[in-house]
Amino acid sequence: MTECVLTHPENHEPTEFTLAMLDWLPWLAPPADDALTERQRTSLVDPARSKSAYFRLLASDPDILEARTRTDKDIFYNTVSGLPRAERELAAAATSRHNGCIYCASVHARHAVTYSKRVGDVQRLLDVGVQADLGERWNAIVAAAVALTATPVAFGTSHVAQLRAVGLDDAEIVDVINAAAFFNWANRLMLSLGEPCVTPAH
Amino acid sequence: MSDPDIINTLAGLAPDSRLAQIRDRRPVTRENAQASFRALFEPAEPGTVALQERFAIASFVAGLHAQDDLAAFYTARLLRAAPEAFVVALSAEADRGRTGGPYGAYPNGPLTVEDVLGPIYQVAETNRSVLGGRLSAAFAHGHMLVFHPRDASPASLQALRDAGWSKTDIVTLSQLVAFLAFQIRAIAGLRALAVADA
Repeated sequence: MTECVLTHPENHEPTEFTLAMLDWLPWLAPPADDALTERQRTSLVDPARSKSAYFRLLASDPDILEARTRTDKDIFYNTVSGLPRAERELAAAATSRHNGCIYCASVHARHAVTYSKRVGDVQRLLDVGVQADLGERWNAIVAAAVALTATPVAFGTSHVAQLRAVGLDDAEIVDVINAAAFFNWANRLMLSLGEPCVTPAH
Repeated sequence: MSDPDIINTLAGLAPDSRLAQIRDRRPVTRENAQASFRALFEPAEPGTVALQERFAIASFVAGLHAQDDLAAFYTARLLRAAPEAFVVALSAEADRGRTGGPYGAYPNGPLTVEDVLGPIYQVAETNRSVLGGRLSAAFAHGHMLVFHPRDASPASLQALRDAGWSKTDIVTLSQLVAFLAFQIRAIAGLRALAVADA
């Protein structure tokens, strides 16, 4: 019965947004690491991801996982030009905060802290929410991410004007759009295929 | 590949426009957004999620986002064999399902004050007989993913299993709806930027 839905009644889900490392428990049994086909393994792109239940589960449909992963990595890690990495991570964290993905928010809030060193501001985004005052430039990026996250999409020319007013050029605005749009993809998978858990070590 | 870039096309960007050129500076992003579309809508192996189901769900999801032209784009890709009644039921359900998101509940605790109530959608009984139980279950799940994904639970996946969706089918369905959430936002963002540039 490998296709039964898994439940985790013993798990205490985190009840707050946090910078702490979290783990994640799947609601569908992922293939075991040593049961992955070659195609599934290459779809992970990064071989270390075979340790992750989340990525092994997504590897059940390898073609979309591989394309998704390459899109993700380029939007966030390709910093040859465009928006600083810290602010792409800020857009991802704000999107996750607004959708309510505690797991994704923790990962990308940590990245935002790593690249910006602004731990107080990032913690405030998690604690207070997307209306927290993080200074003019970050406020504009968070507001844009929130408007892009609304359904129907509420992002419009006023958000573009606000981003330009704080110094972003169009290539950097495209980076904000891509980062927020991509996390509307990621949050939905993470929220709907399993649940976060506090790592036992903490 | 010479096939047109779907996001550029749907955002109304000519290949030589300034915004298309900005996108061209990130060829890996652009090509893999396109590869994602192909993996979901032109799959080498559709497996047990039929193309007809994929396009019907995409049309429904675009309709829920009030993106009528994108809904029409996916509706047009339904096989010609789709009976008129099917297309009518599909479009009626997208209209019925429209609301505003994100909403939903958090695990009991300090975030409970941020819980936002919203509708729980199911396909209307009359349309369910036209769309079938399997697709109707996918629409209910898709509606939750679009508007209130933080309400997802093992029971949501069990409802899909009960309607005949295998584990791999559920992964594909989840990717399809979640990808559309990305594609629709990338397009809407570029359109707003193009208007601001005009």
